[in-house]
Amino acid sequence: MSRVARNATLAALFGFGAALGAAPATAQIAVRGETVHTMAGPAITDGVVLIGRDGKIERVGPASQVRIPDGYRTLTAKVVTPGLVDAHSVVGLAGYMNQPHDQDQLERSNAIQPELRAIDAYNAREALVEWIRGFGVTTVHTGHGPGALMSGQTMIVKTRGETVGEAIVDSVTMVAMTLGPDVARNYNGRPGTRSKGVALIRSEFIKAQAYRDKVKAAGKDASKLPPRDLKLETLARVLDGELPALITAQKATEILAALRLQQEFGFKLVLDGAAESYLVIDEIKRAGVPVIIHPTMARHSGTLENATMETARKLREAGIPVALQSGFEGYVPKTRVVLFEAAMSAAYGMPFEQALALVTIDAARILGIDHRVGSLERGKDGDVALFDGDPFEYTTHVCGVIIEGQVVSETCR
Amino acid sequence: MKRAFCATLLLALAAAPPLAGQERVQVFRGAKIIPITSAPIDGGVLVVQGGKIVAVGREGAVRIPNGAEVHDMTGKVIMPGLVDTHSHIGGGDGGDRSSPIHGDVRILDAIDVRDDGIQKAQAGGITTVNVMPGSGHLMSGQTAYLKLRDGRTIYDLLYCRDVLKEVCGGLKMANGTNSRGEPPFPGTRAKAAALVRERFIKAQEYRAKVKAANGDPSKMPARDLEMETLVEVLEGKRIVHHHTHRYDDILTAIRLQQEFGYRAVLHHVSEAWKIADEIAASGLPASIITLDAPGGKLETMDLSMTNGAALEKAGVLVGYHTDDGITDSRFFLRSAGIAVRAGMSRDAALYAMTMAGARMLGLDDRIGSLEPGKDADFIVLSGDPLSVYTHVEQTWVEGVKVFDLSNPQDYIYAVGGIGVRGVVSANYHEGMEGHE
Repeated sequence: MSRVARNATLAALFGFGAALGAAPATAQIAVRGETVHTMAGPAITDGVVLIGRDGKIERVGPASQVRIPDGYRTLTAKVVTPGLVDAHSVVGLAGYMNQPHDQDQLERSNAIQPELRAIDAYNAREALVEWIRGFGVTTVHTGHGPGALMSGQTMIVKTRGETVGEAIVDSVTMVAMTLGPDVARNYNGRPGTRSKGVALIRSEFIKAQAYRDKVKAAGKDASKLPPRDLKLETLARVLDGELPALITAQKATEILAALRLQQEFGFKLVLDGAAESYLVIDEIKRAGVPVIIHPTMARHSGTLENATMETARKLREAGIPVALQSGFEGYVPKTRVVLFEAAMSAAYGMPFEQALALVTIDAARILGIDHRVGSLERGKDGDVALFDGDPFEYTTHVCGVIIEGQVVSETCR
Repeated sequence: MKRAFCATLLLALAAAPPLAGQERVQVFRGAKIIPITSAPIDGGVLVVQGGKIVAVGREGAVRIPNGAEVHDMTGKVIMPGLVDTHSHIGGGDGGDRSSPIHGDVRILDAIDVRDDGIQKAQAGGITTVNVMPGSGHLMSGQTAYLKLRDGRTIYDLLYCRDVLKEVCGGLKMANGTNSRGEPPFPGTRAKAAALVRERFIKAQEYRAKVKAANGDPSKMPARDLEMETLVEVLEGKRIVHHHTHRYDDILTAIRLQQEFGYRAVLHHVSEAWKIADEIAASGLPASIITLDAPGGKLETMDLSMTNGAALEKAGVLVGYHTDDGITDSRFFLRSAGIAVRAGMSRDAALYAMTMAGARMLGLDDRIGSLEPGKDADFIVLSGDPLSVYTHVEQTWVEGVKVFDLSNPQDYIYAVGGIGVRGVVSANYHEGMEGHE
């Protein structure tokens, strides 16, 4: 099916008009909002964001100070925010059909496969990528999912493009790991205990330390290099602090185990899920580790049985860097939408801009891409979301999405 | 008038389970009251006694009896308790894998009323729920209509008084992919329909024999639990709740209903927007699930948030449900907000959460709106029901407060945390695939 036909079909399927992907790119764009949440200072009343030909933000400020130059296409909205950043997802790998042929987030042949690259599995045309984009998400940290001791690598993309190359922001971002009983379900009951899972991960890192030592000792002498090993090469990059370990750990026990691993091997750690993180706030804070919290509305069952809707707020109040994720879903809905998840954090007591930061600037900082996305500032990517009211209200619509100066969605949803 | 009132009260008392309604008159004043079947009242007064609503009206227009316990609800919003037409709370199950058809199986035999799902549903403002067995069968069993009173046993929550003599719920049916499998399960859609038709034709024959016996025990057919249930369906005493997603499966569900003439509600209806007019022409109501994304299974790939708007426009009676397990009862009110986002009218969305559900369960003479004589089931909200920032602060069932956000234990049920865990919740996730 041609791209155009496909778009028309999708538009018909979801019943939100024919504008999906149909809007032409415009070289120079001005966005004028009654309120502009730049996430780099106080919100601007009657603000303007100018995006240049290069897709970068040229200027941001009140309309009284920022004149819209002639020739710029102007879009208006009640509320303007940076394009949303989903701090952890599996879209593009875990397809919406949920059939074996479109599930690439988890390889079940071996519970330890850090060498698996996300770029080799990302489907830029996957319907769920377009779906979350329609709700303002412009940047996604996606890749291999939870459910293996080491499931593979993650990557960062923009929610556009027809190929991985057109979407890519960062091809290797982190290595995804999981602690706790959820792993055994995918690997015939093994590892059978939490402790065994930790032991297997430690053994692998110890191998990687030895490998890294051999590589270092060889120096420039190729004859002394150990045979190439994709698995250990990847873990060596984790040991070198080049790639953070993204460890999914829901129960307090699992979170403490993740912190122990980090202390033993000295890698950079990002905690993921962390349903019971509110029980071990002091330990997380002391370790200086950021947390990408489970979707607020994730099913509070299994290892998430003690999850709360207040976790983001509690961690943030303790000074721990936090972001929200859409996460992984094995069934319906096949993905969550971080806009709705952040709204729930706001509903449960987080101040508006802090809740918005969970899915913009704070997410960008944890992912190490805050020089490009997460706030509306001069020189950053022209990624913008336009709303016809309070972004978190159920009855508000996302009425425009811009990625690097290209209007990718203009239908109100 | 007074006599009529007393008679009503006596009846209510006679029918009330041990935990129901307080005798003292209770008055809730100052709130914006949304009765659903009439226009919202700013600064309204709600008078409750004996578990029933005595009066609803404007301040000054409703007599406040001497000695009444007065609750100041200034700044709050009061609306009827929510009706969830399709849920799996209580950890119960229905038929097993021995057959695709289990008309004889009752979920009420398996519901644990101490499951935290019940408390969470109260926290979500749900006061009546249709607890269903899963969708892994063509008929997975008899559903149970529950009033979410605080209770010790299933009997404290059931609508019916005598499980042997009364109809205590509906009949869960399902088509599409969930009920398919290796024999004896159907391998195709057509086979699924044929199996259901055969069973109902048997039930017609059984019913004819019962009629022909005309009360003579010697002429009665041998008792058959499944046939007895299906006869209740054929006679309109038991409502079919039909799980169906794809547009052609919805049409099949309608075709079966038309052939056998039973009362039915279409559930989930992911592709309803494709055939809204056909659903309207069938006269069947539809109960919708709200999901944040399409997909997750093949038959929900075309799910649209516009289903509510499309069905409202076509003139269909629209309700919503949690399918709890699939979506959380505590977020049920979200359905109305998302429905309005996608084009449904505000009034229809609030009606869908309450009165429509009551009608779908055949309980609209007792619940679904705030009217004198109806059960005093209502919720106290901190603000507009469609706002994300609004919380359910209190849930009242038959004049008894069953949830109070200011109570620390109730707060945990509402928000989550240590202490919320129920007996079955930890295992529920794994068994979920058979449901939605």
